[in-house]
Amino acid sequence: MTNKKRGGSLGRIKGFAIQFLPYSEIKDLDSNRRIKKILGVVLGNNILILQGRLYPEEETRLIGDTMAMIGHVKHFKGIELAVISGNGQEGFIENLKRGIVNVLSGGDLGAITIIGPATIVKEIKKNPKKIELLLNK
Amino acid sequence: MVIKIFKNFIKRMFSNIFKNNKQIKLGFYGPPNAGKTSLANRICKDFTGEELGSVSNVPHETRNVQFKEKVEIDFKGKKMVFKMVDTPGIATKIDYEEFLKYKVKKKDAKKRAKEATQGVIESIKWLDDMNVVVVVLDSTENPYNQVNITIIGNLVARKIPVLIVANKIDKKKSNIKKIEAAFPEYDVVGISAKFGKNLEEFYESIFKISKKVK
Ligand SMILES: Nc1nc2c(ncn2[C@@H]2O[C@H](COP(=O)(O)OP(=O)(O)OP(=O)(O)O)[C@@H](O)[C@H]2O)c(=O)[nH]1
Ligand SMILES: [Mg+2]
Repeated sequence: MTNKKRGGSLGRIKGFAIQFLPYSEIKDLDSNRRIKKILGVVLGNNILILQGRLYPEEETRLIGDTMAMIGHVKHFKGIELAVISGNGQEGFIENLKRGIVNVLSGGDLGAITIIGPATIVKEIKKNPKKIELLLNK
Repeated sequence: MVIKIFKNFIKRMFSNIFKNNKQIKLGFYGPPNAGKTSLANRICKDFTGEELGSVSNVPHETRNVQFKEKVEIDFKGKKMVFKMVDTPGIATKIDYEEFLKYKVKKKDAKKRAKEATQGVIESIKWLDDMNVVVVVLDSTENPYNQVNITIIGNLVARKIPVLIVANKIDKKKSNIKKIEAAFPEYDVVGISAKFGKNLEEFYESIFKISKKVK
């Protein structure tokens, strides 16, 4: 989206980029492919901004697959995961209870899911100025 | 495929026949270091005299699911039998370097990290098997952590009753209100697993939600 420079090794802040994935790009994918796509982006040293949100089961799948990759993919220490929702989490859990998940997952277009390599997010937290500089380039 | 369904059917039949020794599978879930084992230990110690697992200030102390069968909890004259299931803390990231801060040797830290990743996978696998889950949160930490929401979301999706425990209320920084605000549709019980504070309310709540389990 902003920083187009790519190809840095995983965990190196210099080579990272932010990638936006609109809901339309994952809408027709099954859970398997969704997770694969997401992890592909993150393992490419990118922070992913996804329109919408995953099903709870997809989130645990994502965590499980992430864990399985730590120690097998060089420099990979896992992910940071955050969901920002206009409805708030209360609304989300309430809707889950009532069984209206399908409207929400992915379809909750008001929500934004942010997933990034843990190493990059740690770097950014340590030195927030750095990311500003990178993004302004 | 058909054989598998058949096997499951037989398994279910048998477990129904032996329902008289039925126990409620009570899981302890949450992020690392929240006090899951401390709480499970306290309950086990109170009612069986034995503890369940080891406790440590180093995160990911529990790296395998550990359990104790047929723990009979006696509360105000009522009795219920539980299988106590203590699980490894769930995290989205594990870095062995974090353990070095606790003076763990590099080699051990790497081993711990590897086992911890397996532990997270194991915790998630066991979710399906639970009848009731206690989500243990450290009340001095920010509850708006996606891992907490992911765990609760999964329990709701599986229709497993949930009790949220705000642990470590003995600490100055403890903030139960913040946890209540984060999960307004749940009962939140503030306790101190370490010092045994407010366990009556905990038992009361556990009995209340466990009764719903058939
Ligand atoms: N002050 C205080 N400390 C507590 C309390 N409960 C647990 N602790 C401490 O918190 C740390 C972690 O406790 P554990 O019971 O090992 O936590 P856990 O959730 O099982 O952690 P993992 O197995 O790593 O997932 C230990 O140092 C405990 O002594 C409490 O109520 N108050
Ligand atoms: Mg433990």
